Amino acid sequence: MSMLEISGLTASIGDKPILKGIDLVVPPGEIHAIMGPNGSGKSTLGYVLSGREDYTVTGGSVTFGGQDMLAMEPEARAAAGLFLAFQAPVELPGVNNANFLRTALNAIRRAHGESELDAVQFLKLARAEMKRLSMDPEMLKRNVNVGFSGGEKKRNEVLQMALLKPRFAVLDETDSGLDIDALRIVAEGVNALRGPEFSALVVTHHQRLLDHLVPNRVHVLAAGRIIRSGGPELARELEKNGYGAILAEAA
Amino acid sequence: MNAIVETGTAGFLARYHAAKGRLPGDSTLRAAAAEAFRTLGLPGAARGRRAEAWKYTTLRPLEDLSFRSAATADVSIPETGVRLVFAGGLFQPALSSAVAGFASFADQPDFGELCWTDRDPMAALNTMLAEDGAVLDIAAGRDAGLIHLVHIGIDGSSAHPRHLIRLAPNARLTLIETSEGDGRYLHNPVLEIHVADGAVLTHVRIQTDGLSAFHMATIYAAVAAGGTYDSFTLNAGARIARTEIHAALNGPGATAHLNGAQLLSGQQHADFTSVVRHAAPKGTSRQTVKNVLAARSHGVFQGRIEVARGAQGTDGYQMNRALLLSPDAEIDTKPELEIFADDVKCSHGATVGELDAEQLFYLRARGIPEAEARSILVRAFLEEALEPVTDDTARELLETQIARWWKGLAA
Repeated sequence: MSMLEISGLTASIGDKPILKGIDLVVPPGEIHAIMGPNGSGKSTLGYVLSGREDYTVTGGSVTFGGQDMLAMEPEARAAAGLFLAFQAPVELPGVNNANFLRTALNAIRRAHGESELDAVQFLKLARAEMKRLSMDPEMLKRNVNVGFSGGEKKRNEVLQMALLKPRFAVLDETDSGLDIDALRIVAEGVNALRGPEFSALVVTHHQRLLDHLVPNRVHVLAAGRIIRSGGPELARELEKNGYGAILAEAA
Repeated sequence: MNAIVETGTAGFLARYHAAKGRLPGDSTLRAAAAEAFRTLGLPGAARGRRAEAWKYTTLRPLEDLSFRSAATADVSIPETGVRLVFAGGLFQPALSSAVAGFASFADQPDFGELCWTDRDPMAALNTMLAEDGAVLDIAAGRDAGLIHLVHIGIDGSSAHPRHLIRLAPNARLTLIETSEGDGRYLHNPVLEIHVADGAVLTHVRIQTDGLSAFHMATIYAAVAAGGTYDSFTLNAGARIARTEIHAALNGPGATAHLNGAQLLSGQQHADFTSVVRHAAPKGTSRQTVKNVLAARSHGVFQGRIEVARGAQGTDGYQMNRALLLSPDAEIDTKPELEIFADDVKCSHGATVGELDAEQLFYLRARGIPEAEARSILVRAFLEEALEPVTDDTARELLETQIARWWKGLAA
């Protein structure tokens, strides 16, 4: 059972506390949205889940499928089925996109005891996924994210997700900076993975993406705590009224 | 009875005096070189002011060592394509291919005309003790394909091969030069290269000498109108290595590429020193040298671009980058521009950095284990310098050596 359970999670950068006690359970098959004002800790949550070293976990626990995620290296978390779609994907000059994607896919396959894909098998798979995501296959020949537009970078993240087939995805503002068509494609990329063994945490500022994804739960994060949780209607309420009322209520 | 074995400068001079009657070629030139070497000495060996050209590299460790001539060498190496094999500086006909336009220096000694024995101590040492080498002429308009120049170091010996490579107008050659060996030895080659009008020489040098060895190569290249000297040097071996390249763009529209990579670990020291002289209009020079430095290794880059009066329309570029994999690794960089023409485009730069933590995390977050992620980023760092190497054979050899170096580092 690939359930994500976050309990009493606190984390800081240097001396500055960012997450101040997060409790969150995402059952398999569900998509949860995280919304909240800037600086509330949304991106930090994604980084802490995926194991970025410059954040220090000061308390609490994260288990995924019963495994203690916080004790694992980033690559082991990825092998266990966790995927973070970066808000600002890193450029890798000198690293060919196709080689990068194949290396990542084979690393995960190796960790699962599966055979590695050769270049021909990989290209066939990658081209098929790119077609579904309306991506130009020429992007395989370029260096990872170098010279990509904002939208291309986000699509490249979704392509990685489609290839690596995670069991739990964190999408960190993957919708920001996308036009309506690109947004739909990103949403389709996530919906294609949907199933009883896939769950996701979608960090977003906008209702638009949630129109396509329809989350099971919506959580509002403010100042490092979840201050309100509800159904999909909560996102619509926030879109209409903003965070003001909820923040005032919590304070 | 027990002769005192002289070491260092004195040892080399003693060897010259004992052997000079038997050494091939112009004995007056050798005598002058011996005198120059006696005066200059091994760089850094004597106290006092060090020559500017040797600011960051000292050969003090050589001063306490003595090396014999390899005399005869018994080596075997696996069969590869067309090749000229040298061991301990001596030509090995049994291991070499028949190559049109080739003669050994021992048979047809020719010291060429570009070498500055009075200024370059290691070139003086070479001139004084050269026993053999490759004298290679590629006829006008001929594409000689790929020739592999192999050098194998012999433990306890010093080798001073003297190579002369001349491409006649519109000739083409890809020369892959490898230097390797086991034990403590000195490989001190001088290469003189002439690229005539419209000719193209691709010169890929792969230095993976043993970690107790010393490698001191001096290269003089003269490029005529419309000719191209396209070189890449990998320094991955030797305890102390130095590559000194003097490239002169003598004819209009001549091109020189002096790219390279230095991959060092342990207490290795490698020095890449280049002087590009734009002596004619509309010349192009390109230099990208990358240093990856682990442990307590020390990389040096000295690059000088000279633009003579009248060399209008010169386009010169020089970039040196270092990636430090350890807090104890060190890089010294000295770029210099000396420009006497006014219509000139010249740029240079240098960077020093570490592996990028965000890039490393991105790769690991995709499931790529840390060691593999690091190797991907190191390889990516080298790409800018490697990209101009388009010959498949050369590229494959380089990739193999880079992977081998990285594997050795992890072990």
